Amino acid sequence: MTSVDEGTRVIPQKRPFTFKRWFGRTGWRHAIGIVMVVFSGFPLLYVLSASLNPQGTLTGSNELFSQVGFEAYARILNSPDAPFAQWFGNTIVIAGTTSILTVFLGALAAYSFSRMRFTGRRVGLLTLVLVQMFPQLLAVVAIFLVMSTIGDLFPAIGLNTQVGLIMVYLGGALGVNTYLMYGFFNTIPSSIDEAAKIDGASHARIFFTIILRLVAPILAVVGLLSFIATTNDFVVASVLLIDPEKQTLAVGLYKLVSNPNYADWSAFSAGAVLAALPVMALFLYLQKYIVGGLTAGSDK
Amino acid sequence: MRTDDTDVSTTKPSKRQHRAAMVAEAASGGLKAILVKMALLGVVDAVALYGLFILFLQQQWLIFALVALVTLVVNWIYFTPGKLPAKYLTPGVIFLVVFQIFVVGYTAYIGFTNYSTGHNSDKAQAISALMSSAQERVPDSPSYAVTVLDQFGTLSFLVTDPGGEVSLGSADSPLAPVNDATITGGEAVGLDGYTTLSFQDILSRTAEITALTVPFSDDPNDGALRTNDGSSAYLYLSSLVYDEQADTMTDAQTGTVFSDTGDGAFVSATGEEMLPGWRINVGFDNFARAFTEKGIRTPLISVTLWTITFAALSMATTFFLGLFLAIVFNDMRMKGRKFYRVAMILPYAFPAFLSALVWAGMLSESFGFVNQVLLGGAQIPWLTNEWLAKISILVVNLWLGFPYMFLVCTGALQSIPAELEEAATVDGARPWAVFRLIKLPLLLVSVAPLLIASFAFNFNNFNLIYMLTGGGPRDAAADVNVGATDILISMVYKVAFTGQARDYGLASAFSIIIFILVAVISVIAFRKTKALEELNR
Repeated sequence: MTSVDEGTRVIPQKRPFTFKRWFGRTGWRHAIGIVMVVFSGFPLLYVLSASLNPQGTLTGSNELFSQVGFEAYARILNSPDAPFAQWFGNTIVIAGTTSILTVFLGALAAYSFSRMRFTGRRVGLLTLVLVQMFPQLLAVVAIFLVMSTIGDLFPAIGLNTQVGLIMVYLGGALGVNTYLMYGFFNTIPSSIDEAAKIDGASHARIFFTIILRLVAPILAVVGLLSFIATTNDFVVASVLLIDPEKQTLAVGLYKLVSNPNYADWSAFSAGAVLAALPVMALFLYLQKYIVGGLTAGSDK
Repeated sequence: MRTDDTDVSTTKPSKRQHRAAMVAEAASGGLKAILVKMALLGVVDAVALYGLFILFLQQQWLIFALVALVTLVVNWIYFTPGKLPAKYLTPGVIFLVVFQIFVVGYTAYIGFTNYSTGHNSDKAQAISALMSSAQERVPDSPSYAVTVLDQFGTLSFLVTDPGGEVSLGSADSPLAPVNDATITGGEAVGLDGYTTLSFQDILSRTAEITALTVPFSDDPNDGALRTNDGSSAYLYLSSLVYDEQADTMTDAQTGTVFSDTGDGAFVSATGEEMLPGWRINVGFDNFARAFTEKGIRTPLISVTLWTITFAALSMATTFFLGLFLAIVFNDMRMKGRKFYRVAMILPYAFPAFLSALVWAGMLSESFGFVNQVLLGGAQIPWLTNEWLAKISILVVNLWLGFPYMFLVCTGALQSIPAELEEAATVDGARPWAVFRLIKLPLLLVSVAPLLIASFAFNFNNFNLIYMLTGGGPRDAAADVNVGATDILISMVYKVAFTGQARDYGLASAFSIIIFILVAVISVIAFRKTKALEELNR
């Protein structure tokens, strides 16, 4: 080390803050961020404000937070022509059952595709990829006619029954979900299964007590995605469920505001807030896993 | 795929190894597992047997055979040892085959029929519906003593005619003599295998009983028995006369003759059609209508073009906004990134059907927030003008879709190694060049399959279209209920399920057109991205 070095060593001094430099580095990013926060957050703020407005009309909802009260919530929960609580319960039951069974059926299939080698395996996987290009709603007319035929023979599982609707949804259980799970199953080393097999565990025991626990994250993601997809479905649910008290939130709330100008807008908003809160809470809580699940299979 | 697995598949286990595996498998399953398996299979078989019984009663032989076959196969799979893949795949595959693959085939079938309101049953049912709708009580009809019987939910009449003869009949089977009825006071009151309805039952099922018409004989012209009180029935005759030989319907009051001209209905000489008609195969008629009738062809073409434009633009706008934001917020120096991130994910977390409904309210022409507050009372027809509606849809879909693309692009950007950027910078590349020549190509490789998925999703994004604009504004020149912003799937839904005339045949023909379009687009997409390559590994 020489003295020259000593002399030229610069101790970085904190440069005085200038707005221009701050804006050039990160400030403009904040400007864009604020614009985007307003763009994405405003409609949600609007719903919240409308739901707290006791008046009820669309025009009345335009003055944000001018009045705050919970009358609209009381109205939607006690409305005689909109059995909101029932729709909510139906949605939870239908979407919950569908997602649990979807996860189960999908995991069974993914396990066999990932761990077993059999004739037709490749064709089977290929079929799953192709099937997901043709969503069920394209065949909604045929589904309706099939279910009404089934309903003539077995009224308990045909048209206008929730069991029938769940069965239809399960038709989509194998497909994109299985493919997601298949990818995840492949990341679990098969030496684990083999060790268990040597210790005398049967295939069912390996599957239920070992593998299912190791793949729990992907099961949660697939279950949540399936739950959200089922909650959002309007086409099949609106065609198969006829009685108002059997319908789901998507169908019921749509009918409630099919003409927003004359609808009880506050009551709808209150219903929307109640319906969205659990989904949003769950989504934000699990967002890391969901994003991971959504992009799985893309960058391999 | 790991290589050690492929070895297993190529070398077949010897017989001894196979037997050893079987013994090990059998020894490892606990008693509890076997009990659970037996219980589940027992439930499945019980349900299947019940179903077979009902199908047998209804004489649905084709479905009977299919259910029987599936039940046998399921039992065979789960009771014989081995066949592990089948054991794991069967439950999902059954649902997949019935509600995903079969319904597609059935759609194709319906596309070749005239299935619609007024054409939804077979010819015999149409004839009996026509005859019974024109029934009138014969003025001097004798009174028949009737007992209403129930068998598994199906009602029958046990009839004692004035001469003391006892016969039984229901809506589907004409009166036929029975010998072993229980007779009290000269009147048959019960029959083995049937439940006699009590007075209470008759009261609670009045509507069902008064609507029941029991054909008097095989010939529909002989009339039918109906009852108003569940105890005495009268003969009703139709004012229509069906001539089986000539296959014509004659209105006895006006004398008009309606004949079957092969169009699925009885048509008079002047072209007047009698409804209900029945279902027939019409070959390529629906497709011919779709491609030749101007009132259908023009909207079909414009809807197809808009569907593709909408899907492509939605994919592009959400992707570019998402990518732009991902770049903007991918700067470590920036504070509060987490806050922005959560705020921008909110639209994605909000249920999509609700978002569309909320935006529909906000964009309402006379009362909505956008016109009233943001634009100071303007009357801009955001959802009712053809072009503004299309723009509104794209903006709302941008709102719905950009968070996903933002998340995906952020992930993809962060997974690009920093050395690449450093190396390029050292070589003198400017930031824009680094982005365009290095980051973007790498990013596209990883997000291309997701872009295809986004296109495919928007191609059938029914909820957004139907809940925001309902497909409107309606195209007045079209012969079908279709509007300027309708996409193919919403057009299918509207043709099949809204309005007075539901045309399932035409809607299914449209569905088949969508299937073909989707297939072509996905073949091209997969060729381009080689997304299927992974399967071959």
